[in-house]
Amino acid sequence: MTHSTSTSTASTYVPDLGKSTGVTAVSPGPGPRRPVLRRVRDWFAAFVFTIPALALFGMLVLLPMGYAFYVSFFNWGGFGSPTDSVGFDNYTRLFQDPVFLGDLWRGVLLVAFSLVLQLPFALAMAVLLNQRLRGRAVYRMLFFAPYILSEVITGVLFSMIFAPGGGLADKVLGAVGLDGLGGLWFAGQNTVLPTLFLVMTWKYFGFHMMLYLAGLQGIPAELHEAARIDGAGSWQRFRHVTLPLLAPTLRISVFLSVIGAIQLFDLVWVISAGGPDHHSETMVISMFQYGFKRYQMGYASAISVAMFLISLVFALAYQRFVLRRDTEGAITTMRAGR
Amino acid sequence: MVTPLLYALVSGFKSTDQLSSNTFGLPHPWVTSNYTSLLGSGPFWRSVGSSTLIAVATALLTVGASALAAYALARFAFRGREVLFTVFTMGLMFPFAVAILPLFILLRTFGLLDNPWGVILPQAAFGLPMTIVILRGFFREIPGELEEAATLDGCSSFGFFWRILLPLARPALGTVSVLAIVGSWNNFLLPLLVFSEPTWWTVPVGIQQFQGQYASDVARIFAYLVLAMAPALAFYAVAERQLIGGITLGATKG
Repeated sequence: MTHSTSTSTASTYVPDLGKSTGVTAVSPGPGPRRPVLRRVRDWFAAFVFTIPALALFGMLVLLPMGYAFYVSFFNWGGFGSPTDSVGFDNYTRLFQDPVFLGDLWRGVLLVAFSLVLQLPFALAMAVLLNQRLRGRAVYRMLFFAPYILSEVITGVLFSMIFAPGGGLADKVLGAVGLDGLGGLWFAGQNTVLPTLFLVMTWKYFGFHMMLYLAGLQGIPAELHEAARIDGAGSWQRFRHVTLPLLAPTLRISVFLSVIGAIQLFDLVWVISAGGPDHHSETMVISMFQYGFKRYQMGYASAISVAMFLISLVFALAYQRFVLRRDTEGAITTMRAGR
Repeated sequence: MVTPLLYALVSGFKSTDQLSSNTFGLPHPWVTSNYTSLLGSGPFWRSVGSSTLIAVATALLTVGASALAAYALARFAFRGREVLFTVFTMGLMFPFAVAILPLFILLRTFGLLDNPWGVILPQAAFGLPMTIVILRGFFREIPGELEEAATLDGCSSFGFFWRILLPLARPALGTVSVLAIVGSWNNFLLPLLVFSEPTWWTVPVGIQQFQGQYASDVARIFAYLVLAMAPALAFYAVAERQLIGGITLGATKG
């Protein structure tokens, strides 16, 4: 096993990568090296303690991931063992598959929607709720409640609200005399994605709002006080005090938003199953369709590998170029592996 | 924001005819049969029981295995420690969906389809990274002197873990348990694939099937939704602090 240079000295103490703690992990021995017996015993104890987690993780996370990679080079229906090796055919097919290319495009659209509309809205609500407001705790709970509900519940609920004709949405529009605006919603090729986005906003903006609220609580009130004394208006204080100090939280929230869009499944599956005519299909839905409905396990695995690579490249690039400043955090500690 | 939820609650008290003729008003008369028939039905309770059992087992397994690993990763100096930790943290980026096809095949090979373990084990495995990251951070902040003192008093490393570390880490354990329970309760893709027989259907799978089955009886689906939401919202009301603490902690750490 290789390890990074900082730990290779086999000293008594492995320095923390994070900034927060300086606690020595093991009581340091008298000399620069601990006795051999102690080292062996520590190693053995650590081994025993890690075994359950490692076994679970290896068997049910790493092994399947590796197998998905392997299967993606085969033409395989999912029964027996894969024998019909097709090399990179499944991957070249990806680039010609209008459904998959469409998935990518819809993914980009959803991310763009989220960044432009959902996150600013969440930020505005968070700033609002961070003031001393009557019933603040109640609002907080209400806005966050949708996030607790499963995506399936949300999906079923909104598929009924946006049911063409008899659903609540159409009835409301009818009641205020806007019958013409009511429509197909999830059933229309051009309306399904915007409507879906509306539901996603309902469900997820509370989560981002919570993150921002936690970030806002970390900004010392003195800073705002000082800015106020210096004559900064509320917009200026927001722009020059709140926003920069909230930047690490915003960067995390953008990251989670993108990863979430890549992995979107439940909500869409329940609402539209990717339809009509693929207009709301996501990568996971395509994978599911090809794998479990059409028994093209090889091709479906290629989709999941592509999905993994997209997440990985995005995560690495994002942490390399954006998150680097925020040293704390698990993904950031991956620099140890570079 | 709450309008859709209230709408569902009130609609559950209407008949489907009322829903289309009287969309906005209060039910007239109030129809309770939608709710009562569900509350008296076996499949509904079975799915609630199945979800609960799976969520609790997932949480126990995730938190148990993670706590042991986080202890080793936080408080022992051994070769390859950071590499090991990196392997786990990389799991944070693996989308569940990526592994679902081979996972399904694996579970089929081991005969774990239509078996609650087929959902519990993978859920626990995918829950490990986040839980380990959170717990490791927490375990590191417990002073080393405490461990020295315990060792001097003749405490083994497991004894220290069990009798001192875990009780001290109770808030963190609560947080990660709540996260694991909520994650399991809301999981859909895995139970959907693993449980082809209704015996073990969890609440999300049950709802989806119910919607398919009673597609025309909209009021009844509303009632089902409300009853399915109730446990989650009640749990949220009780465990709000742990949950939000966990999410903000989990998000910034992951």
